[in-house]
Amino acid sequence: MIELAGLTKRYGEKVAVNQLTFTVRPGVVTGFLGPNGAGKSTTMRMMLGLDRPTSGDVRIDGRHYDQIRHPLKYIGALLDAKAMHGGRSAFNHLLCLAQSNGIPTHRVHEVLDTVGLTSVAKKKAKGFSLGMGQRLGIAGALLGDPKILMFDEPVNGLDPEGIHWIRHLMKGLAAQGRTVFVSSHLMSEMALTADHLVVIGQGRLLADTAMADFIRDNSRSYVRLRSPQQERLRDVLHDAGITVVEAGNGTLEVDGVPAARLGELAARWGLVLHELSPQQASLEDAFMQLTAESVEYHAHSQAGPPDTNGWDATGWGSPQNPRPPESPPPPQPPPSTEPPQSPQSPQSPPKES
Amino acid sequence: MTTPPMPSTPQPQAPAQAPAQAGPAAAGAPPFPGQAGATYTSPIPIRSTHIGDAIASEWTKIRSVRSTVWTLGIMIFLMLGLGLLIAWGVSYDDGELVDVPALTLGFTGVLLGSLCVITLGVLTVSSEYGTGMMRTTLTACPNRGRVLAAKALVFFALVFTITTVTATVVAVLQTSMVDAVDATGSEWLRGTVGVGCYIALLGLISLAVGSLVRHSAGAITIMLGVVLLPLVAAMFLFAESMEELRRGLLEYSIPSQLSVLYGNTVTDSGPQGWTPVLFMLVLALVALGGALAVLESRDV
Ligand SMILES: Nc1ncnc2c1ncn2[C@@H]1O[C@H](COP(=O)(O)OP(=O)(O)OP(=O)(O)O)[C@@H](O)[C@H]1O
Ligand SMILES: [Mg+2]
Repeated sequence: MIELAGLTKRYGEKVAVNQLTFTVRPGVVTGFLGPNGAGKSTTMRMMLGLDRPTSGDVRIDGRHYDQIRHPLKYIGALLDAKAMHGGRSAFNHLLCLAQSNGIPTHRVHEVLDTVGLTSVAKKKAKGFSLGMGQRLGIAGALLGDPKILMFDEPVNGLDPEGIHWIRHLMKGLAAQGRTVFVSSHLMSEMALTADHLVVIGQGRLLADTAMADFIRDNSRSYVRLRSPQQERLRDVLHDAGITVVEAGNGTLEVDGVPAARLGELAARWGLVLHELSPQQASLEDAFMQLTAESVEYHAHSQAGPPDTNGWDATGWGSPQNPRPPESPPPPQPPPSTEPPQSPQSPQSPPKES
Repeated sequence: MTTPPMPSTPQPQAPAQAPAQAGPAAAGAPPFPGQAGATYTSPIPIRSTHIGDAIASEWTKIRSVRSTVWTLGIMIFLMLGLGLLIAWGVSYDDGELVDVPALTLGFTGVLLGSLCVITLGVLTVSSEYGTGMMRTTLTACPNRGRVLAAKALVFFALVFTITTVTATVVAVLQTSMVDAVDATGSEWLRGTVGVGCYIALLGLISLAVGSLVRHSAGAITIMLGVVLLPLVAAMFLFAESMEELRRGLLEYSIPSQLSVLYGNTVTDSGPQGWTPVLFMLVLALVALGGALAVLESRDV
């Protein structure tokens, strides 16, 4: 169990971490989310006693990190994939870590095998790809078979199989009763992995909630409509007592009414529809909304405001459906009885990156 | 290496399940034996760590990087090569050494070799900062004093051994090549063990500076300044009024003190006998103390 109490870190004028108070519990995967520069890595460094807090406190099972007598057997951490000497072989890198904590050498072979680096154990770390470096870092975290694990953006640079692998690794570790704390930018990735969610922005705590609750509260479903007779359509819907929201780009959005009913209404009034599609707001959208005010480093897009549904942060390795497949199915609107009249697919295609 | 094998037991894709219920994760492949329970207990024997563990770790580190082989290899090459070349030159010339034993000829090689030791000393710490390894190191051993002590001990032992052994070999060879007065026992001791101590302590100062500056090039430059500047400055201090300072700089500069260990005293005053080693020891302890204080207080 990791307990943070009013944890604050200031670098000169910049407040990197601001009054963070939360608890990371054993037996579950706790996801730690925040946009770039939110203070995730800084928080993790303070947990490990690398950076000293300006104020506040962080304790691991009641103790400060430097009071732990056998740290690697207690906590394993992956901070930065490249936090190793590139001229040293993978085996020697792990060996010197093992020796510093009195861990038997056979563990080095075991973790190399676990992360799949046995064949390159004698190769220098600087020749490793990003994903291989990441795996070596994970091997270092697993070395002492610790009861607490901490990963800073572990899927960074991993291929889809690697992402899948680490997802299951983390769940498996938590299922054994260990404390697993993992940071990420990707809500969709966390939705698949984490049971509990801590969101920060500009160093401040924005959410500390069970993942299931977050999903339930944030998966809004609605129906998107487009019509050349938009004005009439609005009137018709209004008369039927349905609230319509203008969503820009000539689309309308309707909350809480099945697509079938909307289609029937339009047909009764002889209105042409170019699109009638049930939509599911993605968790990524919810995350972006949550952190909107605290995003520090915006990209300046030239193409105007992004289409909310076109934002595919799930990235590769995740299904393009904005809702993760392993999360509990939120109430689906009944399928439309009409074939889609629009030339568009019901969901905007994901951006290929 | 694009698709490394999966961990021990490949698992079928988990059926859709609520993340909140991931607890009974038959899904996750547990890479270690163990059962679901309140908290995890590792099968690995647990014991407190001590300085011996840190020393073993630092020994693995220093022997597993190229820079150690390069710097110490070049030092051995310089000491042997220059020492033998000079001895050969003297014997070929048939010039006799007046009143000094042959082992004083080792001085030049050691002086140049000391630059290699400085480089290695700096790199021992600064390369860990440069690569980010320092965070990993201090996560594995949060006792920063222990890390610095282990690094210093391992480095000292390695450099002392190599320098002393090489200096001894060179001295024996030179003595056999050149006709000169026999060195006394204490001269032998100073020219081998004394030189080994002196150079290893100089390396420790570099290690401390590397830890303070955390930047390889910067720290090496500073150390070159420490070694060369007093001598260079002394050369340019002509003024009468500066005579005292000039002499002090000359006598206490690092190369001059090294030559004292070889029995070449520049002047009658200044350090004599084993004083240079003592001087260096004090300097090294002060530098390491400073490095420790800063290491303890600074974020990594
Ligand atoms: N050593 C430092 N000196 C000065 N500022 C720092 C330092 N470390 C971090 N910061 C600042 O603190 C803020 C938080 O940084 P941090 O690396 O913790 O963010 P993060 O959440 O890990 O971001 P990312 O998702 O990009 O990894 C940033 O604005 C960063 O510029
Ligand atoms: Mg970070």
